[in-house]
Amino acid sequence: MKRAALSPPPTERGPGEGPFYFSIFMTKTTASEQADRRSRWVTTLLLAPSAFWYLALLVAPLAVVVVFSFGERAAAGGYQAAFTIANYLNLPARAAAFRNTLVLAPLGTIVCLLAAYPLAYYLAIKSSPRIRLFLLILVIVPFWTSFLIRTYAWMFILGGRGLPSVIEWLGLGEVRLINTPLSVLIGMVYGYLPLMVFPIFVSLERLDKRLIEAAADLGSNPWRSFLQVTLPLSAPGVITGCMLVFILLMGEYLIPQLLGGGKVFFIGNALVDLFLQSRNWPFGSAVAMSLVIIMLATVTIYLRVTRRYGAGRDVSLL
Amino acid sequence: MVLRMRAYSIAIYLFLYAPIVLIVLFSFNSGNNAADFQGFSVLWYGKAANNRFVLEAVTHSLIVASTSASLATIFGTMAALAVQRVKGVVRLFFDAMTYVAIMVPGIVIGISTLIALVTTFGLVNEMLTAIWPGDPATAPRLGMGFGSIIAAHTLFSLALVIVIVRARIAGMDRSLMEASADLYATPWGTFRQVTLPLILPAVVAGFLLSFTFSFDDFVVAFWVAGSETTLPIYIFASIRRGVTPEINAIGTVVLTISLIILFSAQLMLRRGEKPKAKAA
Repeated sequence: MKRAALSPPPTERGPGEGPFYFSIFMTKTTASEQADRRSRWVTTLLLAPSAFWYLALLVAPLAVVVVFSFGERAAAGGYQAAFTIANYLNLPARAAAFRNTLVLAPLGTIVCLLAAYPLAYYLAIKSSPRIRLFLLILVIVPFWTSFLIRTYAWMFILGGRGLPSVIEWLGLGEVRLINTPLSVLIGMVYGYLPLMVFPIFVSLERLDKRLIEAAADLGSNPWRSFLQVTLPLSAPGVITGCMLVFILLMGEYLIPQLLGGGKVFFIGNALVDLFLQSRNWPFGSAVAMSLVIIMLATVTIYLRVTRRYGAGRDVSLL
Repeated sequence: MVLRMRAYSIAIYLFLYAPIVLIVLFSFNSGNNAADFQGFSVLWYGKAANNRFVLEAVTHSLIVASTSASLATIFGTMAALAVQRVKGVVRLFFDAMTYVAIMVPGIVIGISTLIALVTTFGLVNEMLTAIWPGDPATAPRLGMGFGSIIAAHTLFSLALVIVIVRARIAGMDRSLMEASADLYATPWGTFRQVTLPLILPAVVAGFLLSFTFSFDDFVVAFWVAGSETTLPIYIFASIRRGVTPEINAIGTVVLTISLIILFSAQLMLRRGEKPKAKAA
């Protein structure tokens, strides 16, 4: 009996293995190694489909655009292999589209911010908490409903038989709204206002209201405590909102197409023209690459500059 | 001050909803002039419902939206669960790609997918014709269509789902998973009984938002649709042809559908937040 306790029967031990306590130790190591290997396999399998999607439908297509942007236009349109930077040198041919985009996208962002801030402030600080959530959802809802239909509604409102006819009827003179930079601006603010309100609301709601009270107790007037307390503390929301709206406005196509009617056109409209009408794929690719580079550069610099205000922490798409 | 602010907020709500109300109102116009209201009728709903092209476009949009949203939700959730466990280059790749997929404008995604697929299909079709044993004219050919729209929509939705589900995982109490493992649950058991119920609201919300995006998307589909028509492509084409109240009727139906989906998504996200609020 004593002997059996000290060393287990030989049949339970494989050849070349140590004493039983050692063998228990060994199996434990291999088991955890196995689990480790299995977990690595599981991780790889879980990531594989998305990795495939990113590589096949994002990395590869963008790489093709980069290659095409250095090519030449084939005689019948399309692409012909070459290496030239002529397409990039030719960019000034589309200067108007770049100018419109680079003026109207930042302007739209600023107008959006100015329109959104008081609303976000009212919702987060002054509105009754009972209906606060409902009021917020009411702002977000339009953003997630048909963009095309909502923009089309403005064609209707700003068109000759809409608002201008009302203004004329009131005896305020004749105005033309549709197909002007103003109508594009209205469409941009209308389309993206909800996206600006939401992050500002989030950062204002998180703000400790006692800070505003403390400022008032210390003799600060409401305007000054807003400038010195509330505004700096809502900076992360302002920064995030501006970034989201700016990104979307830079790539805008539908709003200038429907409300600018070919007179106020963006880079997006130039791209449609280049790829579908003149079928100059290499030049179109160069324009597309420039748009992406401008956006990446602006957003990177913007994030770098604003990082100290704690931006990007609450990027939310909802 | 508060009164002035309330007045301002009401004005903004009017600005946000007036165009929508106008569309709904004019969809019930009995006259066929889009600009003046001549009386109440559901005439245009009947016309839209009997328009073969509208029905076809709606069916196509529903197929594309449900397929791409399902793919994006499954693959995106898988990736969101796994990406926490990797470090280094792989992690960097996923973070960068998610950022790029969301940041690059839809129009650039559409164009780049189009020229990449056209180029690839051109090469593959040449090869297929070369190895095809029968008449070269009957050789199978790859082309743009449902497949390319679904693939392109899945890309953006995938990034969206990854962001939403990862935010949910980050806010989750990790000790629950550890407790489950300590109580001898297998990894699969822990996933099914602990992790999945916790992330489910984010997964469902991700699906609904992906569906809405895909159902609403014009800018990407416009490029990669080939000869297929989705609802936004149909609406865009009819707007260019000239405005009829039929578009208002279609628009009202689309608005109603997206409202229903959106409120379900909101409800799902709220329901998921309740237990957390209780714990806090």
